[in-house]
Amino acid sequence: MPTYQLTVNGKAHTVEASEDTPLLWVLRDHLNMVGTKFGCGIAQCGACTVHVEGNATRSCSLPVASAVGMSITTIEGLSEDGSHPVQQAWKEVDVPQCGYCQAGQMMTASAFLAKNPSPTEEEIKDAMNGNICRCAAYNRIKKAVGVAAEKMA
Amino acid sequence: MSKSSIQFSRRNFLRTSSLASGGLLIGFNLFTACKSDVKPPVDLADLHYNDFNAFIKIAKNGAVTIFSPNPEIGQGVKTSMPMIIAEELDVSWDNVYVQQGVLDTKNYTRQIAGGSQSIRFGWDALRQTGATAKQMLVNAAAARWGVDASELSVSEGVINNKAGETLSYGDVVDEASVLEVPENVSLKEPKDYKIIGTDRRNVDIDKIVTGQPLFGIDYKEEGMLYASVLRPPAFGQELVSFDATEAKALPGVVDVIQIGDKAKALLGGEKVNWTAQLSGSGKVVVLAKTTWDAFKGKKAIKAVWSDATPLESTEFHDEKLTALLDGKDFVTMRKDGDVNKAFAAADKVLERTYESPFLPHNCMEPMNFFANVTDEKIHLVGPVQTPEDAANTVAELLGRDVEDIHLEMTRMGGGFGRRLYGDFVYEAAEISDAIRKPIKMVSSREDDMSTGVYRPAIKYRIKAAIKDGQLTGYQLKEAAINGNMYGLIPNFFPAGAVENYQVDVANYKSNITTGAWRAPYTNFLAYAEQSFFDELAEEMEVDKIKMRLDLLEKVKGTDDERIQYSPERMQNVIKMAVDKSGWGKQPKGTYQGFVAYYCHNTHVAEVADVQIENGLPVVKKVTCIVDCGIVINPMGALNQIEGGVVDGIGHSMYGSFGFENGKPTANNYDKYRLGRMKEAAVVETHLVQNELSPTGLGEPTLPPAGGAVANALKAATGKRAYKQPFIQDVELWKVKEEEILG
Repeated sequence: MPTYQLTVNGKAHTVEASEDTPLLWVLRDHLNMVGTKFGCGIAQCGACTVHVEGNATRSCSLPVASAVGMSITTIEGLSEDGSHPVQQAWKEVDVPQCGYCQAGQMMTASAFLAKNPSPTEEEIKDAMNGNICRCAAYNRIKKAVGVAAEKMA
Repeated sequence: MSKSSIQFSRRNFLRTSSLASGGLLIGFNLFTACKSDVKPPVDLADLHYNDFNAFIKIAKNGAVTIFSPNPEIGQGVKTSMPMIIAEELDVSWDNVYVQQGVLDTKNYTRQIAGGSQSIRFGWDALRQTGATAKQMLVNAAAARWGVDASELSVSEGVINNKAGETLSYGDVVDEASVLEVPENVSLKEPKDYKIIGTDRRNVDIDKIVTGQPLFGIDYKEEGMLYASVLRPPAFGQELVSFDATEAKALPGVVDVIQIGDKAKALLGGEKVNWTAQLSGSGKVVVLAKTTWDAFKGKKAIKAVWSDATPLESTEFHDEKLTALLDGKDFVTMRKDGDVNKAFAAADKVLERTYESPFLPHNCMEPMNFFANVTDEKIHLVGPVQTPEDAANTVAELLGRDVEDIHLEMTRMGGGFGRRLYGDFVYEAAEISDAIRKPIKMVSSREDDMSTGVYRPAIKYRIKAAIKDGQLTGYQLKEAAINGNMYGLIPNFFPAGAVENYQVDVANYKSNITTGAWRAPYTNFLAYAEQSFFDELAEEMEVDKIKMRLDLLEKVKGTDDERIQYSPERMQNVIKMAVDKSGWGKQPKGTYQGFVAYYCHNTHVAEVADVQIENGLPVVKKVTCIVDCGIVINPMGALNQIEGGVVDGIGHSMYGSFGFENGKPTANNYDKYRLGRMKEAAVVETHLVQNELSPTGLGEPTLPPAGGAVANALKAATGKRAYKQPFIQDVELWKVKEEEILG
């Protein structure tokens, strides 16, 4: 199997994987970073969202070979200690029910706010519409994105 | 002191012991301490002293650890149940640590998450346990000071005497652990609550927001292999043979085996048994070094399947259901008076039929389980709502002693009823037993959606007799595909309010697996029935709200013990909903739909506001009134309530699922639509303030939501929705001409 050099949360890793392995499974099974979640495998639910070069990316559909040389950030690296404004906002609003989709929600939200620090409600809905929350905690997710924006201002 | 003197069955409820490391361990049983009107679904007659289902540990440093016995599926019990103990124990919430208990069949009973019952069953026992522990600590302090315990007061884990001296719980915990358990301790008055009724965040919130391993799919052990299971592609099919040559040649694939014989022998019995379809065939298992390699290997298997039973389709189900409704093959669940006489004597008879499809659960965390079977023990780890049943079945399946099993419950990425069924645990155990290595079975989304335990497809036909402007007869007929699970529902409203009343059910035994789906039975019944009430009011030319209030008036003072709902509480939520939603005073362009519903012991009223945007009706807001008695954790409660409403709307609108030649018509989110943020209505919740015993919130706000939307759509478009999902009813979306023209 080929080997790949990856930069995840600022650290270099070498992994051996078949070339079509999605980044998601390299993170979860090879590198033991299980915060990034598997939901659908076809980029429809957003549970696997990570940042690739700062862009929210569905890691279940990005082959590991395409992630070489890119700066990858996962939920584990969003902050050292859970202090990112999005994480703080998620805690303040007490967003999660089951909590499974929330890493993906927060990664989508943080990439979005980095580009649009003071969004309107409609812009938040547009940005977050690709992430499914089966517990339907959408109103709290929307509120938390707004709270995070205020914290970043 | 609590004003109502609650009678506890003291026998076998609580026992304490000292810990080897110092401190006090208190074991208690949530169900032997229940009030007599709450009947848990297990036989309690044979409980012994070691039958405890929850524990608290108080360490010498004063730290309190509460082991939460019930599985956490997102309903919030891991936070709210310990809050009740901490309240009566009188400690600071900041000093409380909550840990998930493991499955312990010796020491715990009914470790189940289901039916929104954890809080309702736990309320008395959790309070009693906290208060008893507090009294023991106070008694120990009284003995140390040589004073009467009644002279002492407690605040946040510190005991004070009249001389101004203090002792912390930690100071006296060893002495307390050898004292006798006091009887008849007093409970707090609700006005004195410091923790109950205050906002407390999810106890796992820090771990969730930083991506720590919490869920079953996150669990790992050294040397573990990932297992992907190829199951029959259609319901009714069985494995004949397979060729694994290509799969075995793939990098990362370690082995390919066949399982299922044991499960088939044990569980593949009668057609309607839910386990039969999921356990009735051989299955091919690909074992690999990573999940991806296992998934890829499974796709490379060439399997041959045979049709063991006829393959069914949605068209076939549809015809069967209609034939059942038109036929005579019913079981009567409740019969008051004589509906046929009422129909014969009626001035008007109204009859309507409502339909709903199968639905998959779609937990975001796909089914998975870890198993490591060795000669010495069986280690099982993962997300399951019914761990005890899973352990017993695995023991039987593998011919092992249940004592050999150690089962750890993980946080669950959703349950919604799917994880009540332990097929994925049996598979994991059978795989590990076959290869004697630690494995984790992981389903893909496609596996999950196409080998599910679905909500049954159902049709309801409701018929009403109207005589002299009064409702004189009401008959509800249910036809279901594997859905004969009517339970208590025939005694829900309007049972008791109509002199001639009858509920009849008929069932088709299918080879499609069905089971409980969030708010079983009522998740669809509420829409059918509440739609019918609106139609009935229109037919009778009476006000919709007044009709409901008048019917409830007739139930007051009933001596029918089967009636669980309270007409007074129902009338109250109806009146509040009218007031808070601005019912009848809505601005031009807003159309409202009303629902009042009782299920899972909670009374709810909802008003949906629909507006026309770009020529289409859109659900903008739902006003939700909830009477669940005392609210333990408002922050968690509001999350459950809002989630239930938005989930209920999403599935009523978009949930479309059927079968073609035994195969599901959707197997992932590109073909199955779930509600998303843009469709989420604003939910304005009002909690009824009272001091009645609390009931659960995981389910009761979901069933009414579909009815509220259907009734609002009728107001907006003039069209009645007779079939879910609403999105597929093209007629429904044709807006009144004046709306488009403005």
